[in-house]
This record gives sequence, structure tokens and C-alpha cells, in this order.
Amino acid sequence: MSNLASSAALAQASPSSAPSGHAIELVGVNKWYGEFHVLKDINLKVHRGERIVICGPSGSGKSTMIRCINRLEEHQQGTIIVDGIELTNDLKRIDEIRREVGMCFQHFNLFPHLTILENLTLAPIWVRKMPKKEADELAMHFLTKVKIPEQAHKYPGQLSGGQQQRVAIARALCMKPKILLFDEPTSALDPEMVKEVLETMVSLAEEGMTMLCVTHEMGFARQVANRVIFMDAGQIIEMNEPEPFFSNPQHERTRLFLSQILGH
Amino acid sequence: MNDFTTWDVFRNLLAAVPWTIYLSLIAFAGGAAVSLILLSLRFAFPRVAGRPVRLYVQVFQGTPLLMQLFLVYFGLALMGVQTTPLFAASLCLSVYSSAYLTETWYGCVLAVPKGQWEASSSLGLKHWQQMLLIVLPQALRLSVPPTVGLMVQIVKNTSLASIVGFVELTRASQIIANATFEPFLAYGAVALIYFVICFSISLCGRHLEKRIRI
Repeated sequence: MSNLASSAALAQASPSSAPSGHAIELVGVNKWYGEFHVLKDINLKVHRGERIVICGPSGSGKSTMIRCINRLEEHQQGTIIVDGIELTNDLKRIDEIRREVGMCFQHFNLFPHLTILENLTLAPIWVRKMPKKEADELAMHFLTKVKIPEQAHKYPGQLSGGQQQRVAIARALCMKPKILLFDEPTSALDPEMVKEVLETMVSLAEEGMTMLCVTHEMGFARQVANRVIFMDAGQIIEMNEPEPFFSNPQHERTRLFLSQILGH
Repeated sequence: MNDFTTWDVFRNLLAAVPWTIYLSLIAFAGGAAVSLILLSLRFAFPRVAGRPVRLYVQVFQGTPLLMQLFLVYFGLALMGVQTTPLFAASLCLSVYSSAYLTETWYGCVLAVPKGQWEASSSLGLKHWQQMLLIVLPQALRLSVPPTVGLMVQIVKNTSLASIVGFVELTRASQIIANATFEPFLAYGAVALIYFVICFSISLCGRHLEKRIRI
């Protein structure tokens, strides 16, 4: 704990100094929606290259927590340090962090008025100032990686859900992020499309991408996660390696939750 | 007394069509220009400009165009400022349409799903880039049907300019009705002409909608 406190103090003293040892650090993070206390004293350190799966009942704050990491939501108390940069209201820092943190959403959120290729090249061109030709090549590289290069000139509406989510992953990858956040990436998909998206995520995990993934795909958690987190009512209830987490959960609420989602 | 054929009635009415169209174009262009300025202010400085813009919209949506015309045309004359019917009609119609266009287009921007903002934020785009590259193109598509509807309203509203003596379609039909003693023919014909203009606009709108749909 003292170690945690001192590193937080260090980061506060020189927030934009050289990256600390952790990819992400949340120290005493609290958040309220009006009266409602969504995040209660969240402490979490994510190592570089670590894969973390977050599960929990709906409304437990798991999405809110990862959305705080790239400032889609603002936290009111505590410290969030991403890649050595402390999140404050400073827009420049928020931009800096967002350039390094990719995100995939439950509903994909592709840009419907742009082709798949344009969806992928938009941020490299406008944010990274990459020449268009180079961005096109980069986009095709990642489209090939998610196995849909032939869809490059279609519009998102013409693709299946699974394909759209893979495009969304490729879009995030085109920014060459150091960290990827997944917010229930397979929840809006038909069952037969879940597999293709999970396969893509597994291959990313194997390449050593730092990943935080909110999901109820426990098979995925067992296969790739270094740690599994269970959240309930805005708190981290339990955090452990997958093997002990699933075979011997310490907390009653975790046991109940696992029996509910694994029971059928 | 002269005899007027049906063709004479139509011929004289058709001669007034360009004025109705000019007035509509001025009202739409003026209204669009004003509302674009108001919208930019509202989005760029929501805290400062939000309230005054909303007030502007409420005032001009909440008072009859006819009263606005009277106030500008006769009111200004009372204050010693001479206006022409064309100027008064153009000014009032522009302001009136700008109120509706501002509200409609504002709604279109808000109608773009929140997820589009979030996705473009997560990619590190700046606010103006999100607006320009992601939100406005989608809002533009959403805005076609209501904007076409407003254009039709504007065309019909130009008939009020007849009240201050501006000779467009409606005023022309009054003159003809008085000269021919055949009000049913004159007003029937003018209604038909309005319908043809408005229906053409709707058709163009539908075509445009199909072309830009994704």
C-alpha cells in the first residue's frame, strides 16, 4: 500500500514525466452520478502487457470504470494515471491519453457515412497526421489481420455484426494504441458471431497487447486473462488469476454471480 | 368590359410566379445564413449563446408572421424609416425561417447518436474534427426531410407578403379576381400553381433523400 501511495505521489509531482512501471493506475477513484455512487474507492494497477477481464452484474460500474480511463466519463475523486500521464481536465493530456488508448464498444459505433477503409484511416490521418497512402496501407494491414480486407470499400451498414466489431477493433488498432479497452464487445452479437470476434481478441492478447475487457465470456477470461475482476455495486469485490478465481472464489457474491452465469 | 379567358387568368398569374420564387429563395437563403450563424454560436459557446439563441427562436416562432410583417412595414414607416414591400417581406420571411431552421438543424445535430461522439473521442479526434468529420455529415443527412418540409412552408408563407402590397402570386390572384369577377377561377388557379411548386420541391427532396441514404 505504501508503495502504491508513493508512486501516486510521484506521479502527481511530475504527472507527464517518463512512463511509470504500470500501464494504468487507478488510485482511490470515486465517481457519482448525482446522488448515485457509481465507483467506490477503486484501486487497480495494470501492468504493461497484462490482460484483465472485468465481470459483474449490470449497473456494477464496470463499464463506467473503463470509460473513466479514456475520459469518456469524468471521475470526481482519486487519481488515474495512464501510460505515465495523469488524467486531469487538461484537454492536451486527455488527447495524449486517447491517442494511446483504443476502445471498442458494445454497439461498434462505426461511422455509418464513411466506408470501412475511411473509418480506419480517419484517425491516423487527422490525429497522427499520417499521409493518406500510408494510412491506407496501414488500414489494409489491419483489415487483413481481422480477416475482412475484401470489405474495405463497403459501408458499415452492409456488414454483419461480427464483421462490424472486427472493423471496430481494426479501427482502434490503426492508432497503434498501447492499451485497448473493450466494453462488452460481444454482447450485441448473435451467438454465431461471438466466436469470430473473440478469436480476433485472443490473437491480440497473444501479441502482448495490454487489454482491459468488460465481458461475460468466461471461456475467454480463462483462456487469455492474467487477472479476472469481479465488480458489484461500484466496488472491486474480488480480483484474482483465472484459475483460483473460477475454481475457488473467495467472496460469496462472486460465487453467486459465477453460478448464475455459468450455471446454464 | 373586357372578357378574360381562362388562359388570360393563368398567363397573368404565371407572370407573378417568379416573384414568389424569388421571395422564397431570398427567405430560404437569408434564413439559412442567419441560422448557420446562430447554430455556430450555440455550439461554440453553449453557455453564453444558448439562452439568447433559444429566446430568438421562441420569439419568432411564437408570433404570427403577419404581425411581424405589419410591425416591420408599417411600424418602421411610423418611425420615419421608409421601406419597400420587397425589403419588409424579405426581412420578415428570412427571420421567420431562420427561427425554424435553427431549431430543426439543432435537433438534427443532437439526433446523431452519442456513440458517434464517443467513438471519435476515443480515437483522439478534437472537438472541431468530430463536429466536421463525423457529426455534421450525419446531421446533414438527417436534416433533408425536415428542411424540405420547411421550404414548402416558406413558399406558402410568401403569400403573406401580399398584405403589404408586394405583388407575388397571391396578390396577383386578388387583382385578377377583382378584375374578372371570377374569384373561384383565380384563387383555384393560384392554389394549383402553389401546389405544383410545393410538390416539385417535395419530389426533389425525396430524390435527394434516396441519393444520400446509407
